[in-house]
Amino acid sequence: MINATLDMVNESTTIASQPAIEIQHLKKAFGSNVVLRDFSLTVQNGENVVVMGKSGIGKTILIKCIIGLIKPDGGTLHVLEQDISKLDHRKLDELRMRIGFVFQSSALYDSMTVRQNLEFPLRHDRHRRITGNIEDHIREALRNVGLEHAINLMPSELSGGMRKRIGIARALILNPEIVLYDEPTTGLDPITSEEITQLILGLQKKYKTTSIIITHDIDLAREAANRIVFLMDGIAYAQGTYDELIHNTDPEITHFFKR
Amino acid sequence: MAIVRKVKTVFSKSLDDFFYGIAELAQFSVNVFKEGLRPPYEFKEVLNQCYEIGIKSFALVGVTAFILGLVLVMQSRPTMIQFGAGSYLPAMSSISIVREIGPLVTALICAGKVGSGISAELGSMKVTEQIDAMEVSGTNPFKYLVATRILATTLMIPILTIYADFISLIGAFVGSNIKDNINIYFYFNRVFEALHYTDVVPSFIKTFFFGFTIGLVGCTKGYNSKKGTEGVGKAANISVVMAMVGVIIIDMVVTQITSMLGYL
Repeated sequence: MINATLDMVNESTTIASQPAIEIQHLKKAFGSNVVLRDFSLTVQNGENVVVMGKSGIGKTILIKCIIGLIKPDGGTLHVLEQDISKLDHRKLDELRMRIGFVFQSSALYDSMTVRQNLEFPLRHDRHRRITGNIEDHIREALRNVGLEHAINLMPSELSGGMRKRIGIARALILNPEIVLYDEPTTGLDPITSEEITQLILGLQKKYKTTSIIITHDIDLAREAANRIVFLMDGIAYAQGTYDELIHNTDPEITHFFKR
Repeated sequence: MAIVRKVKTVFSKSLDDFFYGIAELAQFSVNVFKEGLRPPYEFKEVLNQCYEIGIKSFALVGVTAFILGLVLVMQSRPTMIQFGAGSYLPAMSSISIVREIGPLVTALICAGKVGSGISAELGSMKVTEQIDAMEVSGTNPFKYLVATRILATTLMIPILTIYADFISLIGAFVGSNIKDNINIYFYFNRVFEALHYTDVVPSFIKTFFFGFTIGLVGCTKGYNSKKGTEGVGKAANISVVMAMVGVIIIDMVVTQITSMLGYL
């Protein structure tokens, strides 16, 4: 009995120490265009990692590989202890329910109202990760992003900032363990960007999620990142805290951070 | 010489595109059966699509079918009277409408209206990452978007055809009554007398194939559209052309088979 209890304790300790995301030697090319050459990254549970780099360098490709939208050419990718490449469709869908993805374009379903957009993941959650009244969850998700009044609006009636907020609300509605943000503040004015940054931070604190944030927004990176990874030439060229990177003397990094 | 080489290149590319298109459609139809038959089933979305595709087409199909029935009788009447076959007008119109005009016109209208609509909708969902959003939320977009639409077109085109046949026969009756005075009971009695099950069954069965083709082509072209909004426009355009050609080819094949079986 004691041994069994000890085994359980050991097992739970091992599980707790497992990283949320572990990427090793990831490779992805489109024809002759090599996007990810040998990218490795480990994200611990509860950590917020910001991935930065020039436009078109492969940041979005990276998070699309993590969620299984794009199949990598090589390397290994473990998410929540599961090897993405070895999952069948059903298992991959189950894993995706545990991950939230905020698209750069928000990608709201434009034939549905805000309510239906938020309802969609809840109705299609076969494992009923969320129990209770669906309407209450939708209201709570909208309250979290300060848009309860927009519940019956169509996406075409929303401003850019509102669309981003609804996109975030939809990504978080199934209480995911990991959230992947693809340029959440791009295209927004500085005030709305700051609001979105504070919203992301507030929600991360509330739901204790692990995050990877793709961004060019230095302010967002400074406020949100436990660690910043600088992606260049298909590898994690440099990584560290915000302060470490802005004091880095490498010309590429200096040039990026001191624009 | 340069012109010959250019023609050769264009011809070879067109041939490649043609075979690629056929392979794409074949793969899509295999996936439709694979995904569509596997639970969970999206009954609610199928009903929604039946409404969008079928019910919303009733007005257009009805008006067109009425006019075609009316015009058919008005144009055939003088010739038939000249040959002393005026009394065969109800029989002629019923066989023409039920065998050919009703199914074909309904399918061609739907290829234009529904096929382009499906293609444009899925194409814009693709380029605005809505299909990706569906996939990352753990929903199979193929099952939810494609299988439901193809099932809806396969079910609704036959229903629309029956409706079009009926409206077209009313149009034909109105057309007959412009010059003659025919009793409606007498007219429809002659209509149903002339119809045999060999007229009705093959033409009804082919409408399922028409519906499947329209849905399949619209979904394939929309789901695989590329290159932003320009690609969406092209996909909608190609899907209309391909669906119409497909419908006419199926019609020809069914007619040939019916003829071989001695039903013509």
